[in-house]
Amino acid sequence: MLRNTFLKNSVISTRRFLATSVKKQPSIGRFTGKPDPLTGKYTVSFIEGDGIGPEISQSVKDIFAAANVPITWEFCDVSPIFVNGLTTIPDPAVQSINKNLVALKGPLATPIGKGHRSLNLTLRKTFNLFANVRPAKSIKGFKTTYENVDLVLIRENTEGEYSGIEHVVAPGVVQSIKLITRDASERVIRYAFEYAKAIGRPRVVVVHKSTIQRLADGLFVNVAKELSEQYPDIKLETELIDNTVLKCVMQPDAYSDAVAVCPNLYGDILSDLNSGLSAGSLGLTPSANIGNEVSIFEAVHGSAPDIAGQNKANPTALLLSSVMMLEHMGLNEHASKIHNAVLNTIASSPENRTGDLGGTATTSSFTEAVIKNL
Amino acid sequence: MLRRLITKRTFVTSLQETILPKKYGGRYTVTLLPGDGVGKEITDSVISIFKAENIPIDWETVEISGLDNKENVKLAVESLKRNKIGLKGIWHTPADQVGHGSLNVALRKQLDIYANVAIFKSMEGVKTKIPDVDLVVIRENTEGEYSGLEHESVEGVVESLKISTKEKSARIARFAFDFAQKNGRHSVCAVHKANIMKLGDGLFRNTVTEIGAKEYPDIKTSSIIVDNASMQAVAKPHQFDVMVTPSMYGTILGNIGAALIGGPGLVAGANFSREYAVFEPGSRHVGLDIKGQNIANPTGMILSATLMLEHLGLKESANRISNAVKQVIAEGKHTTKDIGGKSTTTEFTDAIINKLANTPL
Repeated sequence: MLRNTFLKNSVISTRRFLATSVKKQPSIGRFTGKPDPLTGKYTVSFIEGDGIGPEISQSVKDIFAAANVPITWEFCDVSPIFVNGLTTIPDPAVQSINKNLVALKGPLATPIGKGHRSLNLTLRKTFNLFANVRPAKSIKGFKTTYENVDLVLIRENTEGEYSGIEHVVAPGVVQSIKLITRDASERVIRYAFEYAKAIGRPRVVVVHKSTIQRLADGLFVNVAKELSEQYPDIKLETELIDNTVLKCVMQPDAYSDAVAVCPNLYGDILSDLNSGLSAGSLGLTPSANIGNEVSIFEAVHGSAPDIAGQNKANPTALLLSSVMMLEHMGLNEHASKIHNAVLNTIASSPENRTGDLGGTATTSSFTEAVIKNL
Repeated sequence: MLRRLITKRTFVTSLQETILPKKYGGRYTVTLLPGDGVGKEITDSVISIFKAENIPIDWETVEISGLDNKENVKLAVESLKRNKIGLKGIWHTPADQVGHGSLNVALRKQLDIYANVAIFKSMEGVKTKIPDVDLVVIRENTEGEYSGLEHESVEGVVESLKISTKEKSARIARFAFDFAQKNGRHSVCAVHKANIMKLGDGLFRNTVTEIGAKEYPDIKTSSIIVDNASMQAVAKPHQFDVMVTPSMYGTILGNIGAALIGGPGLVAGANFSREYAVFEPGSRHVGLDIKGQNIANPTGMILSATLMLEHLGLKESANRISNAVKQVIAEGKHTTKDIGGKSTTTEFTDAIINKLANTPL
């Protein structure tokens, strides 16, 4: 989604060009929300998150205001409540997101090792966000160890190893169940094909380990093979996760023309691996969680409580997620304007980069620089 | 690496020391399982080098293929039971649901070969993006996602069981800490996904960190979530020393490691049970696509074979051979295609043999 024709063609005069190059969206999970007829503005639910969340959210709000994006924010509190021992999102937040059909989300702290389910997982389950889209692309002007990384990964988001079905069979013996269903596999693989079609990539690569999990991953692979008959223009490849990992790290540009799709856990690992390749961290990685009705766009990095409130955090991941959100909503002009401003700011000089990218900028000075570049 | 490998038997901890491989007339018999793909070519390379060096080893070759009847794995099992030590290539596992599962897994299970060690160390002369990588991945081989327990409850709904046990987690944890201690390494990091699989991976993580804190106070113990570990490993691999993992995460980190040092052909590895030691390349790629072309890089297999020599107490020979391999690669005149050279497998092997011939004992 972040493949950017605009960067290359920025010389070409603006308006006409923008009008003709409207980003195509996959046919599944399309945004159906309408702007408020009185103001002409869309309402978007905003989960600012914990730790550095409020700071990086402020940056998004400032930049959106400066760019005159026709959006009104509706703030949501998702502090978990427990209903019958289950992690649950407060009702007002659920209502807000169901009404607006779209949300932007900062990082939420998930306590490790405590009994309850992670809030991120709860959000995905509550709104049935079946596909997680994770583009990872090198940023021009910001040099990292790996070059020309341009990976797109789609992860099944609702089942697999994250089914949450586990039990102690006998003391010291645990069974964790990985659940793979035809329905969920079909839904996410179809989305991957549609996504590849929309962004013009000719290959879909299904990543699996069906040599070992012959039934579970085997089902996932078989569903992909069946579906591929409906997409004769897109080449389907199936690849063992061993090979994908090896090739991805040795030669990331081998996947620049592909969309990868995989079951939940592999997707989780590979998407972070991809971010390691494109940026060396999660600080520049946007992500979208797509459902049939609702979609939530989020920064995937942690809430970094150690630097919270110090004006040090890098808001790029949340900004790039908000760009994906604008594209999803069809606000392509605003999307590309903000996208270019963010990338140009990072590329301009270390003074305009935050500490995690080896620069000296603060959250607020970075934000100002982006606004100047708008 | 691997000083005092002869004491490796104590990896087994708490259980009785078993007998080392037997030596008859001053010679050892070693089970040779060439495997599929490039297996034959790269084990031939080892055979030639060992012959040139007069290594006191007789090979007992068991040629079976991953495409064969699964029952054939018995032949390998019986041979290993006799010899207690083996050198192995990788058997191919077809990625479809007809036929049988992985022979590699079957062998490991039948002999309870629970610990897999893979060593990822940068080599002079191999171009990589990040220099001086030196990490070890120790992987539980017998349970976890590789349990092979799966069923289709109703059509279109498959459950795959991942089994985690306290006993096996503790066993691999002790193995990892012993390994670290004996090889002068300072930290062991448990890789897990306990934020999601709270019980299963939680058990693994807690077992490793508890054993580390209680029994190995001189080794630093830590833990990391697998997705973060993967990201960190490609960006900043130097922070890791020994990583201990359930089976699936080991596959992933192992392939990252292989990519970091320049390819799967360079990785040395070994597998241990209480009684048996099977040495095989640390990166388990079959290489079907380059089979029979005489272009495979045998380095990983040769280095695995030198680990085997150390295990047998033939340390001097092990050092001689591994030094020769490293020198030939560093000189860069006779290297294989995968690391930017032009030589064939046999030319590379001959260069090593020449190097050895010109190195005084």
